[in-house]
Amino acid sequence: MALIELSGIERVFQLGDTEVHALSGLDLTIEAGEYVAVMGPSGSGKSTLLNLLGLLDRPNTGTYRLEGRDVTTLSPDEQARVRSERIGFVFQSFHLVPRLTAAENIALPMTLAGIAAAERNKRVTQALQDFGLEHRADHRPDQLSGGQRQRVAIARATIMQPALILADEPTGNLDRQTGEEVMHLLEALNGKGVTLVVVTHDQVLGARSRRQLAMEDGRLKVDSARPPG
Amino acid sequence: MRFADTLRFARDAATGYPMRTTLSVLAMSIGVAAVVVLTALGDGARRYVVGQFSSIGTNLVIVLPGRSGTGGFNPANAITTTPRDLSVDDAASLQRVPAVKRVAPLAVGTSEISFGGRLREVMVAGSTSDFIPIRNFELAQGQGLPEEDWNRGSSVAVIGSKIREEMFGSEPAVGQLIRVGDRRLRVVGVLKSVGQGLGMNTDELVIVPVSLAQAMFNSNTLFRILVEAKSREAIPDAKEQVMNLIKQRHRGEEDVTVITQDAVLATFDKLLGALTLGVAGIAAISLAVAGILVMNVMLVAVTQRTGEIGLLKALGATARTIRLAFLAEAAMLSAVGALVGYLLGQLGAFALRQAFPVFPAYPPDWAVIAGLGTALGTGLLFGVMPARRAARLDPVQALMKH
Ligand SMILES: Nc1ncnc2c1ncn2[C@@H]1O[C@H](COP(=O)(O)OP(=O)(O)OP(=O)(O)O)[C@@H](O)[C@H]1O
Ligand SMILES: [Mg+2]
Repeated sequence: MALIELSGIERVFQLGDTEVHALSGLDLTIEAGEYVAVMGPSGSGKSTLLNLLGLLDRPNTGTYRLEGRDVTTLSPDEQARVRSERIGFVFQSFHLVPRLTAAENIALPMTLAGIAAAERNKRVTQALQDFGLEHRADHRPDQLSGGQRQRVAIARATIMQPALILADEPTGNLDRQTGEEVMHLLEALNGKGVTLVVVTHDQVLGARSRRQLAMEDGRLKVDSARPPG
Repeated sequence: MRFADTLRFARDAATGYPMRTTLSVLAMSIGVAAVVVLTALGDGARRYVVGQFSSIGTNLVIVLPGRSGTGGFNPANAITTTPRDLSVDDAASLQRVPAVKRVAPLAVGTSEISFGGRLREVMVAGSTSDFIPIRNFELAQGQGLPEEDWNRGSSVAVIGSKIREEMFGSEPAVGQLIRVGDRRLRVVGVLKSVGQGLGMNTDELVIVPVSLAQAMFNSNTLFRILVEAKSREAIPDAKEQVMNLIKQRHRGEEDVTVITQDAVLATFDKLLGALTLGVAGIAAISLAVAGILVMNVMLVAVTQRTGEIGLLKALGATARTIRLAFLAEAAMLSAVGALVGYLLGQLGAFALRQAFPVFPAYPPDWAVIAGLGTALGTGLLFGVMPARRAARLDPVQALMKH
């Protein structure tokens, strides 16, 4: 059973009287444990695809099966539960809560899920260690460097032990060196079995993945797993 | 999200934006403080007046000439004189009424008093020996009016403390002869000073036997008859029996009004209680305004934190969780505001009591409870809309606002 199965996905935005087809005729299967890079020019629908995969958005038509279950028909609360337990997000602009410390930001998904404080502290301590943030636990985001912020964000994305991590240009706001480090962290997670989908503009970074998807005008132009022909 | 975590999250959010938090807490606290101080003022006035009225006597039933138009108590009747015959014999007859303990007729007028070349105008009260105990007056020196036939008054007077001071200075007053109008009277007693109260100022009063006063003012009528009932429970009986007897004596005509101190008290109590309520209502409007301010502050918070709300949704927060977090924040702002306002209000009432010691400016319990309740209520009520707006945000749109 594939982790992700998309079939016949259409996503249309209404802009005044014009329709923008952000995604059209999309069929895609991603197996558990894969490492997929999504590439393509600006406006080609990469972020829209990722939002859809993350259950932040719904397609106009088509079905999305996650771990064999049709998730497009779930209620908002059920979708929230799936996001909480199965999916981790990493954003280009980190999206940390400015008034919370690094440790509190990492613990946030567990807090929202109602996990007890003792268990939270245990897992956060471990995560801080895993991501080299032991001495940054009580720092607020504005006291952290970009790389450290993204490490906090990745720690947060993994704290609920999701099956799928979705990263939308995670290195977009970082210099080359720091970006490489962040990609290494994500790839290490993938090495432990987490499915990784990364949107990137960077050909070099994209080339590191085992499978590349190239988008254009909302369509899947190239899928390296299924060479044309 | 756990309840304790929701509260902590809301608290951090509130303290994370000190400016708007201070603003809404301030608005809420001003509203609550207004309720507390204004009701303390209103209720203080009520207690003051009731206290003053209670001090004029115990279990008093007052007979005044003339029929009250409304049948109920009309405060104007207590002050103005309606000339209708009410005689000393009427008063004397009331002594035989079963529910009555003692009776004092009262005739009043103004006259001149002179002693040793000093002259001044005074209020003269003509009454009998029971007048002083019925009115709860106390004597500083000497004794009260003698017990004697009401129709044959001896030439004596009891004077107020201020009269004594002005007429006699440091000389002893008791035993001296003074002139009141065209009469020479011997001073037999001096009243204790009670200060300015409601009604006549006893410190500037001269009390003489009733028949003497009537002769002085050349009249046979009384201003009032003061009746003391045997007990608090006997007041209604006393009132009825007094009324019946007077009616019988006046050939079946109900030409007098009988009021009880209780009724007067109840009327003032009700009047000033209503005033307090009105004042509390006005203050409550400021609470509603504060509630609207909290709503606006929370709406701004939702706009400011749109990105954060999107993030919370991406991290798996349900709509309910987000609603509760924002509602808890609104509740916290109003709760802290209410508490601060309560303390400020109590401080204000305390300052009032310090400045005016005779004035018992304590906020009534109901006002404090209603004030705090309204503050929390409006805070929550006006917090609902922003919280729902936050919970309804589209996560993708919200995440883009960062
Ligand atoms: N909410 C929206 N309303 C209208 N149009 C939208 C909306 N979101 C996306 N679009 C349009 O859908 C198309 C795909 O957008 P998307 O954000 O997925 O592109 P992208 O590949 O992520 O681009 P970039 O590389 O610049 O991030 C674009 O034409 C965009 O303008
Ligand atoms: Mg994008």
